[in-house]
Amino acid sequence: MSDLGPLVPRRRDMHPVPYDPDYKTSVTRSPNWPLLSMESTPSEETGPRFGHSMLGPLDNNLILNYSRDPEKPAVGERILMHGRVLDDFARPVPNTLVEIWQANAGGRYRHIKDSYFAPLDPNFGGCGRTLTDDQGRYQFLTIRPGAYPWPNRANDWRPMHIHISVFGHSFGQRLITQMYFQGDPLIDRCPIAATIKDRGQLDRLVAPLDMSMARPLDFLAYKFDIVLRGRRQTMFENKLEGM
Amino acid sequence: MTQPLDTLIETPSQTGGPYVHIGCIPTFAGIEGVYPQDLGLSPITDGAKGPLVTITGQVIDGTGWALRDALLESWQADAAGKFPGQQGADPNVTGFCRFAADKDSGEFTLRTVKPGPVPMRGGGLQAPHISLWIAARGINIGLHTRVYFEDEDNSTDPLLARIEQKNRLPSLIAGKTGEGEYRFDIRLQGEGETVFLDI
Repeated sequence: MSDLGPLVPRRRDMHPVPYDPDYKTSVTRSPNWPLLSMESTPSEETGPRFGHSMLGPLDNNLILNYSRDPEKPAVGERILMHGRVLDDFARPVPNTLVEIWQANAGGRYRHIKDSYFAPLDPNFGGCGRTLTDDQGRYQFLTIRPGAYPWPNRANDWRPMHIHISVFGHSFGQRLITQMYFQGDPLIDRCPIAATIKDRGQLDRLVAPLDMSMARPLDFLAYKFDIVLRGRRQTMFENKLEGM
Repeated sequence: MTQPLDTLIETPSQTGGPYVHIGCIPTFAGIEGVYPQDLGLSPITDGAKGPLVTITGQVIDGTGWALRDALLESWQADAAGKFPGQQGADPNVTGFCRFAADKDSGEFTLRTVKPGPVPMRGGGLQAPHISLWIAARGINIGLHTRVYFEDEDNSTDPLLARIEQKNRLPSLIAGKTGEGEYRFDIRLQGEGETVFLDI
């Protein structure tokens, strides 16, 4: 890693706007002043690493990891969520932690603060995690989450979505995002999805149905690739300042 | 026409939402038994070298209200300024911690060792600091900032030196409130707004 240079600067125009009146909570939680831009330092270029030893065999199986009983799977449309984690230069990001969380098939989260009247599924917790393999690949077996209403404008609904957290290898690569599902009409009505102003970028959060990975008589599959900031790698990277 | 660039664009961020704890700190959400324990419970293990410090604070919105649903992560070097994985790094410093604002008070607490100065690429040192990353409902892309310490020499730190408005410096410097105890409030917006980083 010592031959790697600084992180590629974030293209803020390719991300959601921090302040968006249609997403009301962002109005009081978005900075007014510009961010301080600076080339990354070792504090951002290093980051936590996690090993296989901390993972349990069911960690990436949300259908079973709450009940821990093959006779008591979670209710819902069974899906495989899979993809690769790459960097800006299309290099795979191996051995990086991917965490997901989601509502159950009825659109209810298992969280002390979720009071939506859709019922909890006694066999669904809603969290999973895995490490990417040497090609940057990851997989989760889960159920398709339901859409749900939320207090924002008078009648806003979240499209079906799965939250994803990725570490990469550098603290400066840290990313949380959401995966949407192909064909969901609620995506175009969602003020959170609409915080991303570049349509092409929003489309990258919509996972296509991937029948090549679906298992007959068992589960459908959706493919979701993730791109993290990369680190420049040139022969001029490690010169002393001013050279 | 030109040759096409084959570089990719980073996946866009989305808010972690109010239930970010389910994925990141399941026990906070009330979920037990999926994992043996939450990730990043502490950035140190027994025997970590260096002075122990406790940093408490709140994440405060533009109206002055402390967030009850914020998730924070910290990343730091050991007392000698080495990051985990680097040669000679303290094996008892994992460097990473995950913690949440309290659901009733909004208060967060980070217990760790004070990091040492960290070298810059090409020479020079950065003053001791802890990197912070904040995710919450209403935050569409995670916010990076840093905790510096009131009782350290911050005068030559290259990042602090780039802040033109010196009246904003205190927003990045934890105030000492007792022996090994510091206060660091994060103001998302408005008066005393924290300097957030694009780094």
